[in-house]
Amino acid sequence: MAKAPARASAASKKTASTPSPATNREGPRDPVPYDATPAELEKFYREMLLIRRFEEKAGQLYGLGLIGGFCHLYIGQEAVAVGLQSALDGDKDSVITGYRDHGHMLAYGIDPKVIMAELTGRAAGISRGKGGSMHMFSVEHKFYGGHGIVGAQVSLGTGLAFAHKYRGDGGVAMSYFGDGASNQGQVYESFNMAELWKLPIIFVIENNQYAMGTSVNRSSAEDQLYRRGESFRIPGMQVDGMDVLAVRGAAEAALEWVRAGKGPVLMELKTYRYRGHSMSDPAKYRSREEVQAVRDKSDAIEHLKKLMTDAGIGEDKIKDIDKEIRAIVAESADFAESAPEPELHDLYTDVLVEQY
Amino acid sequence: MMSADTMTATKTMNMIEAINSAMDVMLERDSNVVVMGEDVGFFGGVFRATAGLQKKHGKTRVFDTPINECGIIGVAVGMGAYGLRPVPEIQFADYIYPGLDQLVSEAARLRYRSAADFICPMTVRTPFGGGIFGGQTHSQSPESIMTHICGVKTVIPSNPYDAKGLLIAAIEDNDPVVFLEPKRIYNGPFSGYYDRPVEPWSKHAASAVPEGHYRIELGKAATVREGEALTVLAYGTMVHVVKTIVEELKVDAEIIDLRTLLPLDIDAIEASVKKTGRCLVIHEATRTSGFGAELAALVQERCFYHLEAPVERVTGFDTPYPHSLEWAYFPGPVRIATALTKILKD
Ligand SMILES: Cc1ncc(C[n+]2csc(CCOP(=O)(O)OP(=O)(O)O)c2C)c(N)n1
Ligand SMILES: [Mg+2]
Repeated sequence: MAKAPARASAASKKTASTPSPATNREGPRDPVPYDATPAELEKFYREMLLIRRFEEKAGQLYGLGLIGGFCHLYIGQEAVAVGLQSALDGDKDSVITGYRDHGHMLAYGIDPKVIMAELTGRAAGISRGKGGSMHMFSVEHKFYGGHGIVGAQVSLGTGLAFAHKYRGDGGVAMSYFGDGASNQGQVYESFNMAELWKLPIIFVIENNQYAMGTSVNRSSAEDQLYRRGESFRIPGMQVDGMDVLAVRGAAEAALEWVRAGKGPVLMELKTYRYRGHSMSDPAKYRSREEVQAVRDKSDAIEHLKKLMTDAGIGEDKIKDIDKEIRAIVAESADFAESAPEPELHDLYTDVLVEQY
Repeated sequence: MMSADTMTATKTMNMIEAINSAMDVMLERDSNVVVMGEDVGFFGGVFRATAGLQKKHGKTRVFDTPINECGIIGVAVGMGAYGLRPVPEIQFADYIYPGLDQLVSEAARLRYRSAADFICPMTVRTPFGGGIFGGQTHSQSPESIMTHICGVKTVIPSNPYDAKGLLIAAIEDNDPVVFLEPKRIYNGPFSGYYDRPVEPWSKHAASAVPEGHYRIELGKAATVREGEALTVLAYGTMVHVVKTIVEELKVDAEIIDLRTLLPLDIDAIEASVKKTGRCLVIHEATRTSGFGAELAALVQERCFYHLEAPVERVTGFDTPYPHSLEWAYFPGPVRIATALTKILKD
């Protein structure tokens, strides 16, 4: 059985993540949990709840046959995308991820309507129905996708970082990938190039303990994934991915390092997915109890709610946000169901520059 | 067609069960056989093709690999050179590309460059093809990439009985084989009408599968339906689609299921086209440089003076596999009927 992600207890609140083992190499400073204002806590809550409710709705639409094919939900991992992306500079920095991409787009404030419409394959979808759940892009937000091939985005992200440096635009690339993806060869080719060329990139491993039905221990010789960059001299950080403030705090430490021109950082975010790998996965490879234990003990949204209460945000306010989010999600589903399909001739557009 | 030791009881199997049974039989018979791949061991494969095999044959012979296709195929080539008979699974054919270097530059060349000192008796199993709303990265048909390599055999079964016999022959073969499994028909043949209920394999004669060992020789096509009016060349899912349309239109077509693209049963093709004088080639894969182009060229070379109409092709469009509009893309009933009408009029 995989270990449930540990949450730093109140007592150890000082350090949001495990410090790197003592080495004689320099690395980012030890991170501290982000000190959020009540307004920021509300913002995080709104974003994380939007992801969860959106994904629940996507699951329902899938069940109704309105979304076809492959659809990977982000439920359980909300604090990762929200915590990390809140630390980025939306005008400068770029983001790229794999197929489990709805959450990263929502965390960027991209309109849920056009995301949901992409899932249902409609012309009004953000990629005009051509990409589907796994392949979504946004020029405005420097969001470079949404990639179905496991590991591919790590090399692409390294290329984005090269371009940031080449242009001298001060931007950082953030490349997300899974624990399973961390075994692809091109990940290590990318690590080497990124450190060799001191590229401005944060490699983010979202360690949700499973790659489909294969747990980390059954696929990875070094299961402390934040150490995977060591032989390339890339500093690693292991972060509690179920605590949005820990994630945000760690992101700031990593960004300081990268923005100072010191090269890449590898962050391992310990998290958990509550649902099956995709909608067609009955998840027989782990017990119900294991999933329930994480939901009960480590749920990122419940944890954030507590922080909000501690910060004096009232029950009423939280309820209002819940209502507001439900309305946004319902609207996105209505839009995605009623928007028209692409035109037939769209099959042939965008294959190459010229239409042929 | 069956070899002598076939005389075991038969069982009703779908394609997944037949493929599972082939590996089970080979694991039993030959200690050099190992089965490996992503989610293959503990989980039994995303399509359940290896379900139960790890439990029965142990973790050293049926095991999970990390997600690294280049590594999977490369390691299998080394195992094969040392005398094992690896059967790696690539979870979807769309993910074979990271491993293509090992397949092309090593697996397919080892026999040649070592002057047969070393060989690569590896069988790469991989589900392929569309019709399941998989979009770009779960639907592609890369068979003509494989046949273009030189040095790998390419096999595509179209029913449970063939799947088992061909897979056993592939595993026993002393050369690398890419075994492409048409995933749309894992659970039942496909009529091409996506809005009709799926008919289970149990209603089909080819679901009666011997439980023991038997082989279907690689390089032998099967005549699915005899006819005089034209020859239809197809494989995998499209065998069933075209059969449905031919029967609906009451066309006297001879349908040949190629079963192995390389080596190709060119003699069977030649004999049929010389008899009918017309030839229609059907595949799901994109058109340009597709396997249909090779077939059309061969038919033209060998049967030119017998042809009464140009060789026709019905194929996927030259685009990535779409997420929306899958049924507009899929070479289904309308396009097949149109081609049949045209070729018979010419
Ligand atoms: C090259 C390639 N190989 C295999 C797959 C099939 N596949 C899709 S997701 C996945 C598991 C990936 O797990 P992980 O990287 O941990 O990400 P998670 O799904 O947990 O977010 C696999 C094997 C693929 N899409 N691409
Ligand atoms: Mg994972």
